[in-house]
Amino acid sequence: MMNRIDKKLKEEGKLLSIYFTAGYPSKDDTVDIIFKLQESGVDMIEIGLPFSDPLADGPTIQDSSSEAIKNGMNTNVLFNQLKGIRNKVSIPLIIMGYFNPILQYGVEDFCKKCNEIGIDGLIIPDLPMDYYEENYKSIFKKYEIYNMFLIAPQTSDERIKKIDSISDGFIYMVSSSSITGSKDSFSSEQLEYFERIEKMNLKTPRITGFGVANKKTFEAAVKFSKGAIIGSAFIKNLDSGGIESIDKFIKSIRD
Amino acid sequence: MKYTVDKKGFYGNYGGAFVPEMLFPNLDELEKNYNKIIGDKDFQNDYNNLLKDYVGRPTPLYFAERISEKYKCKIYLKREDLCHTGAHKINNTIGQILLAKRLGKKRIIAETGAGQHGVATATVCALAGIECVIYMGAVDIKRQAPNVARMKMLGASVVSAESGSKTLKDATNEAIRDWINNPVTTHYIIGSVVGPHPYPDMVAKFQSVISTEIRSQLLEKEGTESPNYLIANIGGGSNAAGLYYNYLEDHNVKIISVEAAGKGVESGKSAATSVLGKIGIIHGSKTLLMQTNDGQITEPYSISAGLDYPGVGPLHAHLLETKRAEFMSITDDDAMLAGLEISKLEGIIPAIETAHAFAAFNYLDFKSDDIIVVNFSGRGDKDLNTYIDYFNL
Repeated sequence: MMNRIDKKLKEEGKLLSIYFTAGYPSKDDTVDIIFKLQESGVDMIEIGLPFSDPLADGPTIQDSSSEAIKNGMNTNVLFNQLKGIRNKVSIPLIIMGYFNPILQYGVEDFCKKCNEIGIDGLIIPDLPMDYYEENYKSIFKKYEIYNMFLIAPQTSDERIKKIDSISDGFIYMVSSSSITGSKDSFSSEQLEYFERIEKMNLKTPRITGFGVANKKTFEAAVKFSKGAIIGSAFIKNLDSGGIESIDKFIKSIRD
Repeated sequence: MKYTVDKKGFYGNYGGAFVPEMLFPNLDELEKNYNKIIGDKDFQNDYNNLLKDYVGRPTPLYFAERISEKYKCKIYLKREDLCHTGAHKINNTIGQILLAKRLGKKRIIAETGAGQHGVATATVCALAGIECVIYMGAVDIKRQAPNVARMKMLGASVVSAESGSKTLKDATNEAIRDWINNPVTTHYIIGSVVGPHPYPDMVAKFQSVISTEIRSQLLEKEGTESPNYLIANIGGGSNAAGLYYNYLEDHNVKIISVEAAGKGVESGKSAATSVLGKIGIIHGSKTLLMQTNDGQITEPYSISAGLDYPGVGPLHAHLLETKRAEFMSITDDDAMLAGLEISKLEGIIPAIETAHAFAAFNYLDFKSDDIIVVNFSGRGDKDLNTYIDYFNL
């Protein structure tokens, strides 16, 4: 069976992916949020496994992560919540989290569990490519879990080519040299970077993330990539409007 | 056994560079250049001249007669407290500021716990005329007010880290985030032998001047370059790394690393990583760290702001695993009493970090001709308020 991520990437049109922190606003919101996202037409979901020290994240995701941990979210709780999710959810589900919690769970056990639940892939920002290849690639393959890598404006062409050659699914294109967080628009520098990457003709599709917050930035990002990920802005919307406001938020991005 | 870093940045099972892709180019640039730059003759000249004329090196190796008498052995103090700014930290910041200049960097960031590394960084930035931003936990800003004032006088901006436990761990997170946001112009001066490769090796190399000097000083005083024991306090482990560096292959020299037990190792308020830590990733390094079963990094505690780090540098995790170093944990109370004792016996008020190393003497047996070198890593001025509160002085 083709991985749901590949299948989705082969569809026509641009993809909207949403990141949220599991266990936030409340511990048991995870499944409801996923249902609502699918209903409102989101193409892909990144479920954030909260970590105490999220190095690449801005204040919004830092706060939602520490709140989620306080609420009692952890790896076991998340896996229990997601049991049976595939009875109702058909869009790709990705877990995004820092490496330490996954390492403590055991990388093989983690991948095995993801396979059982129907998680399609992982994004682990602080797991370096070389270390992954040497130590974990075979485990990911065994359990058919995709591992998506990041590229950033300072990433060299040579390294981008290497990442392209070993990437599953998509490349997570970080929109700027920055931590996560919403911005109202992209700078000309960012647009130049998007164009530069587009001209490299990579084999792996790209999904843009970091600083995508609204219709304007979503549309600008997908001019140069297959889709875009909204995280912080989605979480802010949850803060103000709650789970009931998800549909309205998604429609504001792409109606 | 090998105690130096391998090509991939590991000490045995520990080390590496577990950082988001955004930081890869920064670390790659450092990794490709640091050994070349440090090895360069001009660099060595600049570095050694500044250590001599600005820092005040070599620092004395002082035979401490009265505590030697008390503990019935020969105790030497390596007087890093006499360095400009009051601690060993400046050995590293002098090296890194010269490196940053050669890399063309225009802006320096650093994290600080007790404030010693922050002061040492602000100092070298003033010296070099480079913009300086120091991240410091909100809790530490309160308990180390004099050092905050020093940094400001030296022209640095001090940014309060308000996330997590608001101490050193969080200040380090904030500094790393700043570096992600400013990848081209900024150099991050990490203050200890922690963080992603090549920092642990680079910082150890800059601190190694401590043991380089001891070898020749001890030869002059005792007719041997090698003591029987080396004792250092350890948080991240930079003063310890400097003390051990030139003795790691010298297996006749026993190494004792003294960490902070806080209120007691099992009290839930401790920073005793060697006992409480498990292998994991902290600040880009695979090492021992204090964490929950599901991998959340926990808040350490010590009365000493410089020792409450939930991890330990990867070199030290390797020394522990290979049994090259023995680890001991010393409580707040033991450390405070030792601090007072050293002040009264030797006329030197130690930093509370340093006091931990002296408290270890109560739990060790030495032969009368054993030579012990203790790294007197810092002076106690910055801790006066803590001493005042503790002893009602």
